[in-house]
Amino acid sequence: MTHIVEAMHVSKVFHHTASGHPETALQDVSLTVEQGKITALIGPDSAGKTTFIRMLCGLMFPSEGQLNVLGEDITKKAEEVQDRLGYMPQKFGLYEDLTCMENMNLYADLHGIPEEKRTERFNKLFIMTGLAPFTGRLAGKLSGGMKQKLGLACTLVRSPDLLLLDEPTVGVDPMSRRELWEIIKSLVKEEHISVLVSTAYMEEAELCDDVYILNKGRILAHGTPEEIRNRSQGLSYWMPVPQGIPARVVQSALLDEEEHIEDAVPERGGVRFVIKRGETLADIQALSLYPSCKAVAIPCRLEDSFMMILREAQKRERLMEGFELDYTAKRHISSHVDIHVHNLLRTFGDFVAVDHTSFDVHKGEIFGLLGPNGAGKSTTFKMLCGLLPASGGELSVAGVNLRTARAQARANIGYVAQKFSLYGTLTVKENLRFFGGAYGMSKKKIFERMRVVLRMFNLEGREEDIAGQLPGGYKQRLAMAAGLLHEPKILFLDEPTSGIDPLARRTFWRQITALAAKGTTIIITTHFMDEAEYCDRMMIQDQGKTIALGTPDEVRKRGGDNLTMNEAFIAIVEDNRKKEAEENG
Amino acid sequence: MDDFLRRLTALIKKEYKQIVRDQSSFIIGVVIPIMMILLVGYGMSLDVKDVPVAVVMQDPSPTVQDMFSFMDGSSYFNPRYVTTYHEGVSLMDDRKVDDRKVDALVVVPPDFTESLRKGGGHVQIILWGVDPTTAKTAQGYMEAGLAAWQQAHMREYMTSYGTRLGMISVSARQWYNDANTSTWFFVPGLIVLIMTMVGVFLTTMVMAREWERGTLESLFVTPVKPLEIVLSKWIPYFFVSMGGFALCMIAARYLFYVPIRGSVLIIILASMIYLLTTLGLGLTISSLLKDQFIACQIALLVSLLPTVMLSGFIFDLKSTPEFINAVGHIMPATYYMELLKTLFLVGNNWGMIVKNCTILIVYGLFFFGLSVVVTKKRLE
Repeated sequence: MTHIVEAMHVSKVFHHTASGHPETALQDVSLTVEQGKITALIGPDSAGKTTFIRMLCGLMFPSEGQLNVLGEDITKKAEEVQDRLGYMPQKFGLYEDLTCMENMNLYADLHGIPEEKRTERFNKLFIMTGLAPFTGRLAGKLSGGMKQKLGLACTLVRSPDLLLLDEPTVGVDPMSRRELWEIIKSLVKEEHISVLVSTAYMEEAELCDDVYILNKGRILAHGTPEEIRNRSQGLSYWMPVPQGIPARVVQSALLDEEEHIEDAVPERGGVRFVIKRGETLADIQALSLYPSCKAVAIPCRLEDSFMMILREAQKRERLMEGFELDYTAKRHISSHVDIHVHNLLRTFGDFVAVDHTSFDVHKGEIFGLLGPNGAGKSTTFKMLCGLLPASGGELSVAGVNLRTARAQARANIGYVAQKFSLYGTLTVKENLRFFGGAYGMSKKKIFERMRVVLRMFNLEGREEDIAGQLPGGYKQRLAMAAGLLHEPKILFLDEPTSGIDPLARRTFWRQITALAAKGTTIIITTHFMDEAEYCDRMMIQDQGKTIALGTPDEVRKRGGDNLTMNEAFIAIVEDNRKKEAEENG
Repeated sequence: MDDFLRRLTALIKKEYKQIVRDQSSFIIGVVIPIMMILLVGYGMSLDVKDVPVAVVMQDPSPTVQDMFSFMDGSSYFNPRYVTTYHEGVSLMDDRKVDDRKVDALVVVPPDFTESLRKGGGHVQIILWGVDPTTAKTAQGYMEAGLAAWQQAHMREYMTSYGTRLGMISVSARQWYNDANTSTWFFVPGLIVLIMTMVGVFLTTMVMAREWERGTLESLFVTPVKPLEIVLSKWIPYFFVSMGGFALCMIAARYLFYVPIRGSVLIIILASMIYLLTTLGLGLTISSLLKDQFIACQIALLVSLLPTVMLSGFIFDLKSTPEFINAVGHIMPATYYMELLKTLFLVGNNWGMIVKNCTILIVYGLFFFGLSVVVTKKRLE
């Protein structure tokens, strides 16, 4: 067996960091990539995946350990190895002012591919990626998914000995993700390319031959997807939920019983959970709260094992006070409409970003906005928060017309931006004080509320820390604390779970569940389809239009029977695009 | 070598397409030089028209009235006549700057006609020197006007009075600014400024853009060499900058009629050498900083501002404190400035040409080399 990549006890320490302290990105990583196989490096954001792949390309050198790529020591023969590599960085550097064909030709020239060989190769790649009709289009004018595919095509202008893909599907809609994987799979089959791919999506890891789980710079597990999956064999269950109780509440009840439960997520209208090895269903007290619902054993999947492995490496944080939840409380959504959107329109020149969208959000509801990149969800979101004026339609938040009284409406809302808009050079306390002041709270009130939110988000003891130097998960919590400081009736969350690890995501949703139970209205955007299951109602947008609106159950059923949210999403979007294509002839 | 040329051509082709399709480099390379040269060139007001002048007729004799008749109906002057010095001064009081009535005073002393007959009239011209270019030009016109009158009346005088007409002597003083600056002086300096700005900014922008958009990360993992990347930036933007230079030269010659007393060829050559420095400096800054915004800020600080302040563009380095003079002489722009001013206004001074060109070549090679060295195919 040939090792295409051989990493032995590789460590990487960054000395020049923003915080001034050395940071260990990778620690004692040993890994092999075998000839003709797809090896996956899975792990949450900031696990060290990008750093590792950059080292394989010779763009960074390891601090310790031996790293051999294609049989050569990469630190000594970087250029020779680079000649034989194909590398697609997370953000592939397409020249946006060049057309698809010109981008391809540039890379072909750089790799010294003779003209006569190009036609055939290019044709194959263009057909594979579905870019054949767009060869003359400027790369900057392509959609996100198409850009990724063009990036892949550019790295494949010649058949490399090793293909390195750094999160090729991040920020790409589910359809394009599926297509990208089909391309990768068929290439490996036809050209016997060895591939190392990093991803944060478990479904994608299932498609690989070999999987390494990376977390906080360390390899936690290694095996075939099946081997890893089987670690949680016989531990996975699914249970329906009693009429009227949201799945997320039942899921919270299970998740809170840490001593018996590894993981729980809402799925297909019920709750999927994984029990600790050695436990039985009878041990689980939470189940006795719902005597009418019977849990059934289901096949395990990679994500179950992944969560198990992560839990072993790092303890989930205890929930702090302020998030107590009545596990048997019925869903209570008042008839009071908090957000009313009717025929909302937003145009940028000729481009219609949001096309006559209508929906209502009731008090105490969790409402999810989902859609592929560029679908219009961020634009819709910005209009709802009063950050962007609407071009047309009605829009009111907490009874205030946003089109005429934006400032007034803002006092009722809390907003957590995608990149957690904090002041990096201020301390935790200073940030909170600033946001309190910005919302016009009195000093006394700020002081009171600050103590509450610090406790709620477990930030006590970190008050004097500089916000910019907090770990990712803490930044997210501080952003939440700042957003909730003035006790808003409505909370807007823009992609709050991207960039934080799965355990922190569970904690986050647990907090949201408790907030919703207390009557806060929550609007959230996410690109994790499975997170739609936490919502009371959801909307899917595509190309500015609403293509599905309803409870997660209703939306799933529109896609087909017994689908996951991701599958349903693909089915609905594809179906809709087909219909549109027919209408347009 | 074949591979080198093939890759370099591919990269230059790419760069060319980007220049054509993205207006930003066109704006920096061509539009900004045009704007700068027009704004600064015309802002320095080459033409002096309708200068308000107060003639203080302390001696209101017909001779004196005739002497100043050249101002009446002239498009260059807008005269008004007063009889006391005090009255004249109050018209040009700087404290009433907003409502200053005249830009120049011509003082004719009470005994002027008398003295003139005796063979030596004296007229004093007082100029509002805050705008030295206008003041100097106005002074020239007045002197010329008086000289013409004298020329015309010389013979007539001889016959009427039987004596030779006395020479009118003019003593001029500029108020509020005793230094004087010549317009021609500015245009060569402006070319230095434009070449510095265009050269540094173009490359700073395009290289940092590649870092920011992640295109370099993808390029690095191809057989491309750092030298090829640097050259592929350097060559196309060299031509864009030379385009800007050509525009400056045309404007200097045909718009502002700046004399070019030295060799045009040497001017072009020196400019090409100077571009080696500025383009190299821009590439170095952006390779080190990898961020368009910060790189442009730094480029502004290290190139444009010191060139304006310290290269002798505005302040003659010879008259600055020694320390500033030394700092000025660290900058390549100073040598290029000296070279251009001499070549435009004085002529070929071969000793200086050889010396300054050599210094510029050394700087150029240094900065070009530095840009190659700092462009590593590494991300840390």
